[in-house]
Amino acid sequence: MIEVTNLKKSFEEHPVLEGVSFSIAKGDSVVIIGRSGCGKSVLIKHMIGLLMPDSGEVRIGGELLTGKNERELLRIRRRFGMLFQSAALFDSLTVEDNVAFLLRREGKMTQGQIQKRVDEVLEVVELPRTQKKKPSELSGGMKKRVGLARAIVYKPEILLYDEPTTGLDPVVSDSIDQLIVRVSEQLHVTSVVVTHDIRSMRRVGKRIIMLAQGLVYVEGSPEEIFSSRDPLVHRFVNGISDPKENSF
Amino acid sequence: MPQFIRTFNSGLVQLGELTLLVLEAFRSILKHRPDGKDFLYQLYFIGVKSQSVVLITGAFTGMVLAAQAYFQFHKVKMDTGTLALVSVSMCSELGPVLTALMVAGRVGAAMAAELGTMRVTEQIDALRTLATHPVDYLVVPRLMATVIALPLLTGEAILIGIISSYAVGVGLMNIDGAYALKNLLYYSSAETVFQGLIKATIFGGLISIIGCYKGLNCRDGAEGVGRATTEAVVMISISILIINFFLTLFLSRVLAP
Repeated sequence: MIEVTNLKKSFEEHPVLEGVSFSIAKGDSVVIIGRSGCGKSVLIKHMIGLLMPDSGEVRIGGELLTGKNERELLRIRRRFGMLFQSAALFDSLTVEDNVAFLLRREGKMTQGQIQKRVDEVLEVVELPRTQKKKPSELSGGMKKRVGLARAIVYKPEILLYDEPTTGLDPVVSDSIDQLIVRVSEQLHVTSVVVTHDIRSMRRVGKRIIMLAQGLVYVEGSPEEIFSSRDPLVHRFVNGISDPKENSF
Repeated sequence: MPQFIRTFNSGLVQLGELTLLVLEAFRSILKHRPDGKDFLYQLYFIGVKSQSVVLITGAFTGMVLAAQAYFQFHKVKMDTGTLALVSVSMCSELGPVLTALMVAGRVGAAMAAELGTMRVTEQIDALRTLATHPVDYLVVPRLMATVIALPLLTGEAILIGIISSYAVGVGLMNIDGAYALKNLLYYSSAETVFQGLIKATIFGGLISIIGCYKGLNCRDGAEGVGRATTEAVVMISISILIINFFLTLFLSRVLAP
């Protein structure tokens, strides 16, 4: 479904990705982990064509995404839904207008059908009766839920989550994780979650990819990752800092 | 690399990117139906909400120009030429330039700030993930609304400027109203008015394209939004003043009776 091959990306001569390769099968639920600044968000933005690599390629269902212009990418992006770290809701629009945004622009459904679909997805994310609220009236967790509703309303094949639980308290984080699992199971979508939240990784992922030093450092099931004896992986999953980094 | 070469390079890059944005906007207008609701909202925001600024600018420019013209013309007993001078100046130069500068301060800055905030809060990326081209949704309605609104606002500024100059000239300076109006009509041609409206249309496009460009390319959080807004207003204002000179030379030849 998603194939990433030898992906390289630098920002102002600072290399972030130095040859990342992996593939994700249809219906899989993958969590990409790694320390802050290791290039997780950069990688997920390459997967949907928001960033273009310096070299390497990304294929979605066999179709090459790399090198396409913005208009060609719009058609491919219709297959994706994405939840941003900041939720990225359009703050001038209400919750309903945010969720219905793409359906209204496509103009394929009647107003009644759009309304019904919006109500349905707001039920799925457990936010009924919030249609008329503005994003500024919502809490952080509610914004993420609306962001998720906006991403699933048009039934995409692939859902990308960029740090879905960052900045949320543990209880809200747990409810967002459960929501991700439920959405993944109910809609049979391929899920890719980028996070550095270990609890979230354990709850959401069927397969884990860990990035380090600009490469895929290790790949495996959650059990394999948690039982790894590799010092870097062990320190990361147990939240232990490197003694060499504490020598200031 | 020396600083002046870097600045020159950066200027060329910006010019190239602006040209690509203009081409993309025209392609979007021709191939994709613009959203009527967004367009009407922008027309309201740019046209209706700029009324007070434009009316005050037009009125006081006409008044001060009438007073100054009268002080000079009075010395050579040409008092009745006052309104003609105001009319020609307002129609061909002051009307379009001052209206554009005022609208640039209000609308160009607002566009850069709004789109810049959307950029740094990932709303533009969200738009792209929702299979929507930012030029279709954000730039085209603003461009069309500004191009339509600015000639109308300029016409309004010219009209109120001339009326105000009549009030000052005839009411305060005791110029002969009948002769002043006769001279006004004699020296003001349709070409003069047309020249002003063509300039306003071009300035309208300039305001929205630069405002949107600065917003879409904004970086570095709140500080970046502030910088984009300032740069947009400065760039629009300077572009208007420079382009106005060349437009005057060009249009004076093309529209010469």
